[in-house]
Parts: sequence; C-alpha cells; structure tokens
Amino acid sequence: MNRWELIVIGSGPSGLTAAIEAAKNKVKVLLIDENIKAGGQLFKQIHKFFGSSAHYSGIRGINIGENLIKKAEEVGVKVLLNRIAIGLFKGKKVVVKQGLDNKGKNIDIFEADKIVIASGASENAIYFPGWTLPGIMSAGAVQTMINVHRVLPGKKILMIGSGNVGLIVSYQLIQAGAEVKAVIEALPKIGGYEVHADKIKRLGVPIYTSHTIVEAKGNLEVEEAVIAKVDKNWQTIPNTERIFKVDTISIAAGLKPLIKLVRMADCKCIYIPELGGWVPIHNKNMETTYSGIYVAGDVTGVEEANTALEEGRLAGIAVAESLGYLDKKIACNIKTEIWERLKDLRSGPFGENRFKAKNKIIREY
Amino acid sequence: MEKNIRKNHEQKNHKNIRAIIECYEEIPCDPCEIACKYGAIIIGKPITNIPVLDMEKCTGCGLCIANCPGLAIFVVCENYTDTLGTVSLPFEFLPLPKKGQRVKTLNRNGQYVCRGEVVKVIETKSFDRTPVVTIAIPRNKVDEVRGIEIPKR
Repeated sequence: MNRWELIVIGSGPSGLTAAIEAAKNKVKVLLIDENIKAGGQLFKQIHKFFGSSAHYSGIRGINIGENLIKKAEEVGVKVLLNRIAIGLFKGKKVVVKQGLDNKGKNIDIFEADKIVIASGASENAIYFPGWTLPGIMSAGAVQTMINVHRVLPGKKILMIGSGNVGLIVSYQLIQAGAEVKAVIEALPKIGGYEVHADKIKRLGVPIYTSHTIVEAKGNLEVEEAVIAKVDKNWQTIPNTERIFKVDTISIAAGLKPLIKLVRMADCKCIYIPELGGWVPIHNKNMETTYSGIYVAGDVTGVEEANTALEEGRLAGIAVAESLGYLDKKIACNIKTEIWERLKDLRSGPFGENRFKAKNKIIREY
Repeated sequence: MEKNIRKNHEQKNHKNIRAIIECYEEIPCDPCEIACKYGAIIIGKPITNIPVLDMEKCTGCGLCIANCPGLAIFVVCENYTDTLGTVSLPFEFLPLPKKGQRVKTLNRNGQYVCRGEVVKVIETKSFDRTPVVTIAIPRNKVDEVRGIEIPKR
C-alpha cells in the first residue's frame, strides 16, 4: 500500500509517540526510519531519565524505547525500517530509499494525507589541528559504540564539552571500563546539570572550564591532546597548555536540528540559536506553514527526550483531530494537558530560554 | 554548592539516620518524591522545585537513593557503632563490592578519604540496576564520603 493517512518520518521518541497517538485514534500510520531498529537515540540512553514521574522519569531510556515500540505494535502502526526518506514532493509524497548500504537501489514513493517530520538533530563538529586523526569522534558515536554495540572506542578519553551529553557519555565511558582523563568546557561554567557533573567528579574526573582544545597529536591515531585556557574573547592564553595522553577524543559540542526535509517542503524556518539554529515555524498543533506537514522533537529545536515525547503526542493528537477521528473538544483537552506538561518541563533556569524560544516560534506562525 | 552542602548537614533528625539530597538546581525532575513511601520528600509544583526533606518523616530507609536519576541522594547514619557511621550510596559499576569487603572511600571530588567496610549491598528489581552500597566509616567522615573506588577488573 502506498497511500497512508499519516506518514511519520523518524522513529525516535517524538516520532514514536506521534505514531502511537494517531494510531490509537484509528489513523492508518506508516512509520519510517533509516535505522535497523526503531527508537532513535533512546537505545543509547542507558541512564535513568529526569522529568515527571507521571511520564517515564526514573526509567532508563532503553526501556522507554522498548515500551514505545511495543505500544506502537499494539495500536497497529506499520513500521518500515532500514528506509531513508530522501525527499518530499508537492502533494505530500514521501520519497523513500531502501537501505543505508546502497545495495537496494529501489525508490518507493508513498503518499500521505498528513506527514509528521520527526527527523531529530545532528551533532556539531569542532575543528582543530589534528581533528581528522582516527580516535577523534562525536560523543554520539562513542555512546552508540559503548551502549548499543558494546565496543569500547578507547581506554583513555578526553571529553570536549560539558553539556549533559558530554557529562553523561563520560559517566557511561567509565561504566564501560574506560578512564576519562578530563572534561573540558570553553565556557566559564559547566553546561549541563550539576548532578550529572557531580557523578563524574565523585569518580575523580577533572572538569576544566574556560578551556579549549588546541591540538590533537599522533602518528597513525590520536596519542595526545593539548588543551589550553581561553580568555573572555575565546583566545587561548599562552603558557596555560596541558597535555593529556589519550587514545580517544570525544566531541560533545551540541546539536543542530536536521531540517533538510522541512526545507524541501518549503516550510518557513526561523533562526534561533538557543534551539540549535534554523528551525521550522509551527503552531500549537505542531503544524508547519505547509498545511498537513507537522514537526515534533529535536527537529523543532534541540531539547531532550521528555519534551520530544510530549511534542510527538501533540502532533499525533492534532493529526487524528484534523482527519476527523477525534472530537474537537476531547482533542483540545488532551492538547491543553500536554502543553501544561511542556510548560513544566521548560521551567526553571535550564528551561526558561527554551520556553521563550518555543513561544517565539509559535508567535511567528 | 559548598554553602548548600553545609546547610544540608546542619539539619539532623533525632534518629541520626537520614537522607541527604544533594540536588541544588531547579531541574524538571520528581521521581524521589514518588519513591518516598513516608512522604518525606516534597517537590510539589512546579516540577522544577528543589526537593525538600521532612526530617521528622525520613526513616533513612534509602528507597530514594536508587530512584534518583541524578544519583544525588545518600543516606547517612551517624551512629552505626560507637565509633562508626555509615553512608549508603548508589553504585552503578562492575564488579559490585561484596559485604565485608574493604574499600577505598572518596569525597565529592573523587579524592581518597579513608578505608571503609562494605556492610550492606542491596540490589532489588525496583532499584532497576542501581545497586545501593552501604559503607561503614569513622563517624567524623560521614559528611565527606560520597563514593568508593571502583574495584579493579
């Protein structure tokens, strides 16, 4: 069948909840993902989640992923894995290529009444002399290796970036048996939650704030990392260099929304640095400026899994409502509850900026 | 941070065993509130409130330790024996220490504090792979010890 009422692109937390909410209300849903397993980044998250205990907090990401996949099956979501959505054509046609390996050259075109783009985000790189040496990789790659494939990329690690990703992956590297020599952070203060930082501090990992990487050295692979202190203009201060003997440098320098498909559909975007860069404008139903195309999760601005789960639910409910499967009043009540929870998740000093930025997106619509 | 830690320790309950919640930032998180059977941990609304411990209600049972996603809760007993106190802490590493084992204890910065003896290791299903290890240490070290060295594999 090539025609669906809803096609969801991306099976991470937001894609899964969008598909589940819609399918629960009798919408015929196709969920497409490029990976061989659904769940997106959830299967790398072996730690217990923050958030409201009413919604999955205290549960490890991997288990949330398993629960959602089971739920999706129960409500009849059709899941197509190892398929990449490579294009969006006018009239809501999704162009899908088989496999990442280029073996399958088949292209399928699926048509949909509604589309939810839940394509997530990609990691930022930083560039420094020696950065192409083997052994230098993104924190996401490290996390996939240790937690999904159970391969230790190295024994002695330097972590660049002290956001939650850098802190959590450092902790998980130690769990996997590596030694984290240091975490460095260009800003004068630690970027992530104090509790995450404390976990690795208690294990003796030093966190150098106002420090940047100067150079990676090595013959065939990285052997040394040179770091130095930076002044308030981001210039390295002479004679503050430190050298670490490492075999792996992990880069956790933030993420940016993956908006290629959004752009292809000509959805209007706005540049919001707090959310990772260019993001699609959407309304309170998560619908973009292209009628019938919705967005949810990190593609609408980099946040975390809890908010992604809620945004997916919003999109799923809105789709079911607009297709006539859900009474307007009931839908409105559910959406109001979700928005309340999102407001909670975006409160406090860490959420405030995201809350304002998200409101700006909706105002621009 | 230092100020918060001091404030935390100035308040003791009459039983000399209690949870110490080292969670000082307004982050959206509340599993500890639900985990406590005695209603001793209060967050309320909004979810970003900092958890507050009701000293009178806290029994030092330690259910909150493994339920805190931030691994930020410890249970401290001041009078395990005449000379020893205990600290119970979450420990998510292998190998898991065994009861009776001598371990090196660490402070909040991972620096060596003193030797300690493991007196209890609890790993239940509800702890979901966050075992809780209780170590006996000299009484005057209970406010300092927050970790143990990971045994060599």
